[in-house]
Amino acid sequence: MTSISRADVAHLGRLARLELTESELDHYSEQLDVILQSVARISEVAADDIPPMSHPIPMVNVFRDDVVKPSLTREEALAAAPATEDDRFRVPRILDEE
Amino acid sequence: MTTTSHGDVYIPFEEAMSRYEPIIGIETHVELGTNSKMWCGCSTDFGSDANTQVCPVCLGLPGSMPVVNRVAVESTIRIGLALNCNIAQWCRFARKNYFYPDMPKDYQISQYDEPLCYDGYLDVTVDTPDGPQVFRVEIERVHMEEDTGKLTHTGGATGRIHGAEYSLVDYNRAGIPLIEIVTKTVIGTGSLAPEVAKAYVKELRDVMRALGVSDVRMEEGSMRCDVNLSLNKPGDGWGTRSETKNVNSLRSVERAVRSEIERQASVLDNGGRVIQETRHFHEDTGRSTSGRSKEQAEDYRYFPEPDLVPVAPSLDWVEELRAGLPEMPSVKRARLKEEWNINDFELASLANSGALDLVEATIAIGVDSVAARKWWTGELLRVANEQGVELEALRVAPQDIQQVEALITSGALNDKLARQVFEGILASEGTVEEIIATRGLAVVSDDGALLAAIDEALAAAPDVAEKILSGKIQAAGAVVGAVMKATKGQADAAKVRALLLERLGVSE
Amino acid sequence: MSDLIRQNASVLANAIATKEVSAVEVTQAHLDRITAVDDKVHAFLHVNAQSALDQAKAVDAKVASGVPLGPLAGVPLGLKDVLAMKGEPTTAGSRILEGWRPPYDSTVVQRLRAADIVILGKTNMDEFAMGSSTEHSAYGATHNPWDLDRIPGGSGGGSAAALAAFEAPLAIGTDTGGSIRQPASVTGTVGVKPTYGGVSRYGQIALASSLDQPGPCARTVLDTALLHAAIAGYDPMDSTSINAAVPDVIAAAQRADVRGMKIGVVKELGGDGYQAGVSQRYAEALEILQGLGAEVIEVSCPSFEYALGAYYLILPSEASSNLARFDGMRYGLRVGDDGNNGVEQVMSMTREAGFGPEVKRRIMLGTYALSSGYYDAYYGQAQKVRTLITRDFNAAFEQVDVLVSPTAPTTAFKLGEKLDDPIAMYLNDVATIPVNLAGIGAMSLPIGLAPEDGLPVGFQIMAPAMADDRLYLAGGALEAALTDKWGHLLIEEAPEL
Repeated sequence: MTSISRADVAHLGRLARLELTESELDHYSEQLDVILQSVARISEVAADDIPPMSHPIPMVNVFRDDVVKPSLTREEALAAAPATEDDRFRVPRILDEE
Repeated sequence: MTTTSHGDVYIPFEEAMSRYEPIIGIETHVELGTNSKMWCGCSTDFGSDANTQVCPVCLGLPGSMPVVNRVAVESTIRIGLALNCNIAQWCRFARKNYFYPDMPKDYQISQYDEPLCYDGYLDVTVDTPDGPQVFRVEIERVHMEEDTGKLTHTGGATGRIHGAEYSLVDYNRAGIPLIEIVTKTVIGTGSLAPEVAKAYVKELRDVMRALGVSDVRMEEGSMRCDVNLSLNKPGDGWGTRSETKNVNSLRSVERAVRSEIERQASVLDNGGRVIQETRHFHEDTGRSTSGRSKEQAEDYRYFPEPDLVPVAPSLDWVEELRAGLPEMPSVKRARLKEEWNINDFELASLANSGALDLVEATIAIGVDSVAARKWWTGELLRVANEQGVELEALRVAPQDIQQVEALITSGALNDKLARQVFEGILASEGTVEEIIATRGLAVVSDDGALLAAIDEALAAAPDVAEKILSGKIQAAGAVVGAVMKATKGQADAAKVRALLLERLGVSE
Repeated sequence: MSDLIRQNASVLANAIATKEVSAVEVTQAHLDRITAVDDKVHAFLHVNAQSALDQAKAVDAKVASGVPLGPLAGVPLGLKDVLAMKGEPTTAGSRILEGWRPPYDSTVVQRLRAADIVILGKTNMDEFAMGSSTEHSAYGATHNPWDLDRIPGGSGGGSAAALAAFEAPLAIGTDTGGSIRQPASVTGTVGVKPTYGGVSRYGQIALASSLDQPGPCARTVLDTALLHAAIAGYDPMDSTSINAAVPDVIAAAQRADVRGMKIGVVKELGGDGYQAGVSQRYAEALEILQGLGAEVIEVSCPSFEYALGAYYLILPSEASSNLARFDGMRYGLRVGDDGNNGVEQVMSMTREAGFGPEVKRRIMLGTYALSSGYYDAYYGQAQKVRTLITRDFNAAFEQVDVLVSPTAPTTAFKLGEKLDDPIAMYLNDVATIPVNLAGIGAMSLPIGLAPEDGLPVGFQIMAPAMADDRLYLAGGALEAALTDKWGHLLIEEAPEL
């Protein structure tokens, strides 16, 4: 398994929307590396023919009927919003794409 | 060659097609017409006040959990079956992780490597100078996911993202069931690529409509297309593809393919490299502009959705759904062609004008098949084209045609008056009866009044009467015309003619 | 009735139902206790005295009018702050949710209300339940009532400490890798992680969705069973909720019988790395069970040695996705919205400011493990190991009725001792984690004090999925034998605060 560099941490920070400080980049690259080394032991397990398990209890086909239920009131929906305008959630400008 | 303000250069289509072969692929998103959302009981009604159809689940509030809408799964399986797909015996939902303010959880619940339906096809017909040609568009997958909220960009001049000071989010649409239908690459269409793309989307729309799973209104966004396209020289390997988003009408599908062929050909002609990117199509210009580059591929970090258990449709369930499928549009067209005794060309023009279902519905309530076709593909299609709308978007219903036709048969209306009735309906003046009453549209059937008008016309043109009496019966047309004019068209021409000949003692 | 705060929940409920004492008096006694000692313990993040007293009054009114009540009606409870409660602050121990009041009740809260249990307030926890010490709470650590310089376990240290400090006789926890059991172990209390899907997760702020499970905490096995029964059962709002009858845990706790029961000692969970006093008390407990008529057998679960690795890949992966929604757009903290910064920048600044170091660590670890190119080696491989661990459990349960181990390798460690040593902290969960990976149920109950430090030692019982009643059958028997031996519950030996 690979080790994790400072640049990797910076990339992860961007992917995860964390504005990491310089000292955090140092600190976390060290710590994540240690953690990854210790969890990497799982690669020793020969598991080629073992099915991966995503759900602990095997169940399938859990559905609800297509029935309309009451929604929140708009006041409840917007109550916790950091900013609202015109009955909508107000969010900062979006720069990355048209 | 044309150059847009964005610096994109286009060469004429025919020239492009003389050097390159296009490969297309189409991803279509369809909002299902369920009562409630994909994971919660909020209503899916279109056009409600902002943020009134939201709950902890579709707002992605901490602690909330999704539960799958059974009808959405059924609809997806039905779509898959209609598109000749295999239905997965076992599949899971997956989380697609990316941050965007219109997505309340900052991940979209979708399906990744285990779509519910896969490996199907849809045959589409394109008119060519050599007659109709059938193309088989192969379907890669049909999967379930959820729609996002709606962003409004505020503060800038254009209402677009660029230059906006901030954005506003309405989450009413968030969590509405969304089906994504992905084609395999379509090769070998040559210069018919724009038409094939359009025909595919149209056929897909008709299939959705026949299934009744969605209102498939492209203008309201309940059906949206992304077009992938690459060019290569004959014999060469495939080129780099672009993805054009925001293609939101049938006409745009055709134009987007055509425009992208013209653009990429120009790039390649100049020794350039087509960039793998997302482009945004603009209805107004018919051209696209460059969006986000995909060279740095998004890392969506898909993994199986732990909050939802797998979907494993039983064979019985699938077969029950298959048995309940309606007649598919292509089958229906073949049947109607036979029943109405029309040729390929007539069928194609009915289908292409969007009149097929309307004519069928009109015939179904008792109107003669010739009359039904005449109204829909004649006067009404003319108006629709004039207004630039789909035929079905007109306010005229099959029932209106039924009423008008009945009045024509009884002699109360003639064709000319009937057209005025439809004009009134289109102008929202009321029902057929109301328009006839308010506009005073009734055939003059009082013999006395008609005879008086005939006498007047004969007196004004004594020479015509002589001609008729001398055997030149075709001269009667002039008198009939004068009478029709005098009665402002509210007479039955055949009846006027008969009365005139009777008056003159002439028999045909 | 005297000394209301030291009474068991079942005793209090009975006294309230027979009008020996009012629910208001019981609630007031606990509110007074919180006022008196919570400065030192810091078990609670938020107490709503008025709401608690109103709930208690409603119970007294029902008692007066003769309405039939549930077996815990009027008994006060501390609710882990990770569960949504309408109109009450719900922070999950994080700054990023400071001030957020949910517009809805979690299913657990709905069931507590239906059972007429009086909710005193919200208990402290490691931020987003990431931790084994409650030191990762953004609102300050909770202190172990047995020794205020030591950790109360985590992530549910607040709930466990509230029980041990007699601030509440009942509490709710959530257990993703041991967050109910390890705090129970180090505070001398009882905690049960039910079978996955046994108690609805709806309204629990998710850490790792495929591992999380809310459960009951109390000071006795019977009280724990009563609370378990009150909150368990099918919930159509949680797609992973089990649609089947809940095993009769109350009857099992009352029967408390291990005669003829086959008990498997997991070879891999014990020995090296376990504190001497922990191993000693554990061995004594096994002897007691044998003396009560159980057959004790050693079993091996060879894949367990990979459990920690698999867990610390699966948990961060799911958490990185579950915690994405805390982006400052719809609720909670927003930082950097100066009209100039774009939305991506504001999200990044908000998350940087709103999350603590352990949360950021795990988000990045999970983001890494799910990245293209690493998925198969990390997340994918971890899910395969999960299958192997489940197979080990299945094989073991073919030989025995329940499995046992020490709950944690050590007694409560000192506050600050492992705070910036993630690996050392993670090792504390080594015995509790396999249970979550397999989705089965498990209990921790106190079996004495370690001779070397005088701190409580926990005993873990594990049962097959949907056989949670066996936990109570065995746990009840062991508790009864130990109480007979000591003449009181272990918690009575906790020092005065």
